[in-house]
Amino acid sequence: MSAITASGDVKPASSARRSGQKIRTLPFIAPSVLILLVWMIVPLAMTLYFSVMRYNLLNPVVEFTGLGNYQYLLEDPSLWTAMWNTLVLVGSVLAITVVAGTLLAVLFDQEFPGCGIARLFAIAPFFVMPTVSALIWKNLLMHPINGIFGFLSRSVGLEPIDWFAQYPMASVIMIVSWQWIPFALLILLTAIQSLDNEQKEAARMDGAGPLSMFFFIILPHLGRAISVVVMIETIFLLTVFAEIFVTTSGGPGLATTNLAFLIYVRALLEFDVGGASAGGVIAIILANIVAFFVVRTVARNLEA
Amino acid sequence: MSSAKSGVLSFVLGWGAALLLFFPILWMLLTGFKTEVEAIATPPTLFFSPTMENYQAVFQRADYLSFAINSVVVSVVATALAILIAVPAAYVMAFFPTKRTRGTLLWMLSTKMMPPVGVLVPMYLLFRDFGLLDTLTGLVIIYTLMNLPIVIWMLYTFFKEVPPEILEAGRMDGARAKQEVTLLLLPLALPGIASTSLLSIILCWNEAFWSLNLSAHNAAPLTAFIASFSSPEGLFWAKLSAASTLAIAPILVFGWMSQRQLVRGLTFGAVK
Repeated sequence: MSAITASGDVKPASSARRSGQKIRTLPFIAPSVLILLVWMIVPLAMTLYFSVMRYNLLNPVVEFTGLGNYQYLLEDPSLWTAMWNTLVLVGSVLAITVVAGTLLAVLFDQEFPGCGIARLFAIAPFFVMPTVSALIWKNLLMHPINGIFGFLSRSVGLEPIDWFAQYPMASVIMIVSWQWIPFALLILLTAIQSLDNEQKEAARMDGAGPLSMFFFIILPHLGRAISVVVMIETIFLLTVFAEIFVTTSGGPGLATTNLAFLIYVRALLEFDVGGASAGGVIAIILANIVAFFVVRTVARNLEA
Repeated sequence: MSSAKSGVLSFVLGWGAALLLFFPILWMLLTGFKTEVEAIATPPTLFFSPTMENYQAVFQRADYLSFAINSVVVSVVATALAILIAVPAAYVMAFFPTKRTRGTLLWMLSTKMMPPVGVLVPMYLLFRDFGLLDTLTGLVIIYTLMNLPIVIWMLYTFFKEVPPEILEAGRMDGARAKQEVTLLLLPLALPGIASTSLLSIILCWNEAFWSLNLSAHNAAPLTAFIASFSSPEGLFWAKLSAASTLAIAPILVFGWMSQRQLVRGLTFGAVK
């Protein structure tokens, strides 16, 4: 009996066995497993293979170069800039979305007139496709001449900001955070609502004010949900692409080039298959460090 | 703080935050009904007589519809395929767990952790060699694979909620596995299958890494079409807004409809 069934519903398997109707599970599960196995192994093996080859699509000669691509990449300052940018982007968006998401979740946990509708409005940005949100922000909001932000700063007597020229990374962070705050809100609100009302009531009876309620009851309860939000967002944020593609194209200079965009440039604009693959391997290693923790957390939940 | 006062406070803060987050979408919606001149006017036009000309212009561009159809076809077919492949696997894992089930589930989850950019190069070359670049078939394959782990997981958690006694009774009456699934399990788990499909459609519809890199004019879905507005010669804000509104409207409705179940799918059941 597997750990999954330890949660109390041991019945299905045991009764299936009792009635002597053990079915052969392999044919049912084989298609999914095979497909995922191929999907995982083939591209991974190819990436690893190309990463040790000198291979440019413009040059018919393909030759083994060992760790040459890695060496070249690691000595190339643009890799480190891209790594740093990736970290800044992931870190800032995580901080913003978790803090804002927690505060908003507490807020939307309250009952107020129209709170159901307000919640729908607040989570809407999550369902907007990345290319749309990037262009809406770039043009309608952040454009220095015709955008709303420019208008607002002029109306209070300030110079309008040319966002993507002056603060390119901050601009990308704003757009990506806007997309992910609703995600944090949605998950954390669900977690708060699973909190026992009696527990909250008891704390209130004991004279806990709103602040101590938040720090001693709600926040500890949210701990696990927050770690889930952090991990899942990290997986997606490590490879933010469309938002950069339509706003800054990685620039000015390398200011907004993250690892994903650098690999894209190497592979599809410079046709350097080997170098891009070595970058891909680095991206996979980074993601796997995070994935390790995600899988561990989910696994713990399966046993609970 | 009296409860009436705190009620007013949460009303003001709650609606304030909601409208602030929704503002970019609202502004896009409004801009879609302005003329191009009003769209870039500063100070921004708040009162205007709404025009449908942008929507007409968008629909008159023959290619808009073909991009929209690409999005629909790719999302729906990839979702249907993923469900078809996932149902049998989720069924046996939910009702006939073995000691390998837990490991299998976690392994499937871990395949979702592969960053797409890590395998961009081989996928691009494979697509090129098999003639799949810029084809709907290619995108369907990618999207099916991309969502398969999430679909299996969600179906698994929904199937676990179906009382096994019902399936067992059917089995006693001589139902074979196939009948058991199609006649008993699927109808009982229909709401779960529906929200799994919705989540998969949402993820396919909004996917913008593979669509930007592996499709061009023929197979490009709406994500790639909208990206073409980023080129300088394409700066028509009112038309961009109208096209964007059309592109996000159905998915926004789907997302609102399935927000509860979505949490489960997006967190692999870790938050319920």
